[in-house]
Amino acid sequence: MRRVVITGMGAIASTGKNVASFMGNLVAGRSGIRRITLWDPSALSVQIAAEVPDYVPTDLFPLKRLDLIDRFAQFALIAAREAMESSQIKLAEEELPRFGVVTGTGMGGAQTFDGAFFNLYAKNATRLHPFTIPKMMHNAATSQLCMEYGALGPSLTVATACSSSGHAIGEAFHLIKFGLADAMLAGGTDAPITFGMLRAWESVRVLASGDGNPSRACRPFSADREGMVIGEGAGIFVLEELTHAQRRGAKIYAEIAGYGASSDANHITQPSVAGPARAVRLALAEARVNPEEVDYINAHGTGTRLNDVTETQVVKEVFKDHARRLVISSTKSMHGHTMGATGAIELVATVMAMEQGVIPPTANYTQPDPECDLDYVPNQAREKNVRVAISNSFAFGGLNAVLLVRRFE
Amino acid sequence: MDVADKVIEIITREQHFEPGKVTIDSTFAEVGIDSLDGVNIMFALEEEFKIEIPDAVAQNMRSVRQVVDGLTRVIEGKDISDLVAMAEGQTPVAGN
Repeated sequence: MRRVVITGMGAIASTGKNVASFMGNLVAGRSGIRRITLWDPSALSVQIAAEVPDYVPTDLFPLKRLDLIDRFAQFALIAAREAMESSQIKLAEEELPRFGVVTGTGMGGAQTFDGAFFNLYAKNATRLHPFTIPKMMHNAATSQLCMEYGALGPSLTVATACSSSGHAIGEAFHLIKFGLADAMLAGGTDAPITFGMLRAWESVRVLASGDGNPSRACRPFSADREGMVIGEGAGIFVLEELTHAQRRGAKIYAEIAGYGASSDANHITQPSVAGPARAVRLALAEARVNPEEVDYINAHGTGTRLNDVTETQVVKEVFKDHARRLVISSTKSMHGHTMGATGAIELVATVMAMEQGVIPPTANYTQPDPECDLDYVPNQAREKNVRVAISNSFAFGGLNAVLLVRRFE
Repeated sequence: MDVADKVIEIITREQHFEPGKVTIDSTFAEVGIDSLDGVNIMFALEEEFKIEIPDAVAQNMRSVRQVVDGLTRVIEGKDISDLVAMAEGQTPVAGN
């Protein structure tokens, strides 16, 4: 059986523009959530988000290139650059047809279409810029990565809302495992902080306003939680077939050993227990890991009333007594909910927790909730030996993706 | 500023070229302007001159001189039926 390992990682988020600073801030419990600076949010009831700070794209891309890449694809390119550099992978020309890209995104080129439709509807433009379509299409990030690195193999984009990058990494894992590719770039990206998008989310009534204290706005599993916070960023991995990685002496961060995907077929916004629980069990089964072996769960943990209770029930149902021994944390408390990037960003946190032996905390935890009564690593990072970890992504629309990583030994 | 100067200015701006790289004698191929760039340049010219460049004219643009000539005819409302005829059989800008 072919095995698949992670040999490179890259991340960009509100909490850091590379893996080291991203993880450093999570372990320190520092939140990236603040008042929106991309545009004036005064008209909104929710005026906070987890923006990538001090982001100057012209420092990172040639102007001509930048004309054709929306912010969401820029983030993917930045994270991929770090992932490719950290993996030190060099593929020969004959290997490129077995090298592909799978990215997830929930919202695609949101800034581009928000801007275009503003021009159309508010400024009565009679036509839109010819780059609108190539920038806003959901597959733009995947295509940009393919062009950047010459990937000629199976490549696609997954759009399953908040599970997009969990599914993207899982599908890429399977492409390698089942022999269709030897190396993949996989992850997710989103840059959904636009006026139109925030207005729409506002109406769903699941966003935390922060009450004048943005960094404390997102409080997953805490009894006083009031919702999620929209974030942006990207996480990209280099996945490689094990012997391919070993032949070139690559550093192996972790093995991807299991992937569970399931659908609730229940409700367009309300999560179920049964669907996510099935996804967790499928990931365990593929990895041939017993529930008792799981040391850490990086939770979906959005900080909404409903998600956190349901997710707690999922963990209890699958892990029984072991649910009280394993540890759970939601790093969304700091980097926000980065939508289609969130599964990938959180897998970076999960793999780094394994690598460093430190669990990043659930920040802003103040009050125990009787319905959320597990160990969420409140507020303080904790040293812990992690051999097996899972990362949960449960999406609006009831589409679930669970990834299981194991320390490579 | 005449049409030629304005066209060169707009191409230089849209392509982020150094001034002087594009002249009236440049072909798109030799300065690295591809078909999607061409569409972008046409869009910028339409905005600048407040005109509509018919697809048939836009698809025939392969050099700066062709752009200037075609644009001048559109601005002056002259007959462009020869350009429309030439456009038959041209490779479209985008596939799929």
